[in-house]
Amino acid sequence: MLKKLFGGLATPRIDYIPLEGRLPVPVNILLPPKVTLVLDIAMDAKDAILPKIGDTVKTGQKLTLVEDGRVYAISPATGTISAVTPFRGEMGQVGTAVLIDTAKKEDPDDQFAAAAQEPALASAAAFLAGLPGNPPFKVFGDPEKSIHTIVINGADGDLLVATQQFVVQSRIDAIAKGIAVLKRITGIENVTLAVPVNVMGGYGSIGAEVKFVDTAYPSALPHMILKDVLGKVIPAGKGAEDLGVCIFNAEAVASIGRAYEDGKIPFQKLLTVIKKDGSKGLVSARIGTPVKDILKAVGETVADRDRVILGGPMTGVSIYTLDYPVRPDTDALMIQDKDSIPFVSDYPCINCGECLRVCPAKIPINMLVRFLEAGQYQEAVDLYDLYACFECGLCSYVCVSRIPIFQYIRLAKYELNRIETAEVTNV
Amino acid sequence: MFNQKKFIVSHAPFWHDESKVSVRYYNILIATLPAVIFGIIQYGMPAVAVVSLSVSSAIFWELLMNRLTKRPITITDGNAALIGMLFAMLLPATSPWWLVVTGTFVAIVIGKHIYGGIGANPFNPVMVGIAILTLSWKGFLNFDQALLNYDLGYSMVYPLAALKNFGTVAIGAFSPGDLLLGRQSGGIGATFGLGLIIGGIYLMLRGFIRWEISVSFLAGVFITALIFHLFDGARFGGPVFHILTGYTLIGAIFLATEDSSSPANLIPMFIYGAGGGILTMLIRNIGIFHDGVVFAILIMNILNPLLDKIRPKAIGKVV
Repeated sequence: MLKKLFGGLATPRIDYIPLEGRLPVPVNILLPPKVTLVLDIAMDAKDAILPKIGDTVKTGQKLTLVEDGRVYAISPATGTISAVTPFRGEMGQVGTAVLIDTAKKEDPDDQFAAAAQEPALASAAAFLAGLPGNPPFKVFGDPEKSIHTIVINGADGDLLVATQQFVVQSRIDAIAKGIAVLKRITGIENVTLAVPVNVMGGYGSIGAEVKFVDTAYPSALPHMILKDVLGKVIPAGKGAEDLGVCIFNAEAVASIGRAYEDGKIPFQKLLTVIKKDGSKGLVSARIGTPVKDILKAVGETVADRDRVILGGPMTGVSIYTLDYPVRPDTDALMIQDKDSIPFVSDYPCINCGECLRVCPAKIPINMLVRFLEAGQYQEAVDLYDLYACFECGLCSYVCVSRIPIFQYIRLAKYELNRIETAEVTNV
Repeated sequence: MFNQKKFIVSHAPFWHDESKVSVRYYNILIATLPAVIFGIIQYGMPAVAVVSLSVSSAIFWELLMNRLTKRPITITDGNAALIGMLFAMLLPATSPWWLVVTGTFVAIVIGKHIYGGIGANPFNPVMVGIAILTLSWKGFLNFDQALLNYDLGYSMVYPLAALKNFGTVAIGAFSPGDLLLGRQSGGIGATFGLGLIIGGIYLMLRGFIRWEISVSFLAGVFITALIFHLFDGARFGGPVFHILTGYTLIGAIFLATEDSSSPANLIPMFIYGAGGGILTMLIRNIGIFHDGVVFAILIMNILNPLLDKIRPKAIGKVV
């Protein structure tokens, strides 16, 4: 665990640890006996057409979940569907999990190959939304947002994670191809590649303007990239697409490049594995691979009361079962030993001001937290800028009283969203 | 599913910088030690008695309030001990036991717990305690009277009282060096300027107090004292004298910086500190009290919530 690296006078900062020296070789995880596909639609949704148990699927076969093709998934492996179950994600997110018993022999599907002949936004949106890196093609289909700039994020948002950096350093050709495809299919010429300042060289003819991201957390989170790299401030509660900017991960762009070059959809997801002892390594696993198979391959054991986290230490999501699959946006897998888990407390705020000084969004957290503790969420929005928070987690990280500040903020946003949804649907 | 391992599941962040409330207050306690130990060397056993009784009675009141209000026991966080310690530092070594116990009662029970405990007190509890004692038993907190029987080998007049009553002629004997090294009468832990400064620098470097408040408090004292001194050098003491006497240093370093009752944003911290310094000098020079630190800080405490409204615009705020 990182200690506070700063004295009282200096501005608090925690640095990303860059990928240095020779690039690591990712450990290749073999195709597991079962893969899990997660679809963003409730299993009992009215218009859901669920896949049937016992059906065989080919690698790359498109499973349409709704008549109009709005929600779909591409099978990452060949095999037989063995179960379809509801899937519960973080903060009440609902989905459907489709379990596939994988077959030894891969049987590729060629639906995409035909579409790949002539790159177009429609075919990309119809086949590539589940690519490693999770490209946000949906944004281009939104008539309310006119996207004029694409930012490719080659820096990892969270601490300790090295996935995107690795992609930028090892797959620059694929990224260049991806950029060319993106420009062609979207018609957007304004493409910026943001890379960590300590990752040097080799971007000469990439077809995008290269900008550098500072090494202090959280400068690689989307809000900070837009602010520092493009000089655009996202209004509170809005996203980058409201400013006409679409952010792609470097891995997503590389996957797009590769998909159009090979005429095949890539399914290998890169992720950083951070072990209990703090050592980290990269693995390459098929999307849908359960976490337990990755842990077995890297030789890590977990015990009761440990914490298993998808993502990094500041913004990740802890999971309760090792059956949880690798998803297109899973950049890291972190295991925390039960003895190194810091606990939160119900101690009151002593107004020390550490959170104020560390907050990149300049939110008056010392006041905000008092309203959040009292459940006065609307006041928190009106008076103390709740929606300006872009969720870096530093406030909880530095809190002397160990108040779960960030957790309160997430809860407040969730509750407000629920109230809003209820109001809309009641009308 | 039956041999499923049970993991800890919670929301991000999964790390903490390992800071703790108790570490914070114990460090501030450590920082008070140079000044307190010097005071004990100066005044001997009576000072030991006052400090011990003050710290222990403060902890006792805290425990009692925890029990009465049926809340978790918080005596281990160091806050009550710190209040007791700072309170003792302001008292003369000859304070009777009941004065100390009453003072810590006012500080802990009225100054802190009635408002809801740690972090909720609008006033610095130590200041509340000492202010009530000053107003109630004036003689015991008059250092000339209280330390009458001491002769430590230097002028035992209380510098601020001498200045107030007889003008700058009376304080000619106090050189800044002597004042800095504690050769003056006063509270147990308030006279040894060098020790207080060492403690303050330690706390600022470790980030346990907000340097902006301390520095602007001293700047406020310095500038205001300078203006008065230039205006009438015979009546008003110089800025260095005012910084090194009375409660100025302990006020700037340990009292004005109390977390709950002071602002946390940058500009408010400067206004708060400077305001405290200016008010201190106004009370000393044109008020009736010899020392103005206590009331200056209490007045600035009232302004704190208002001052902390001055804050940077949140990033992305649309108004």
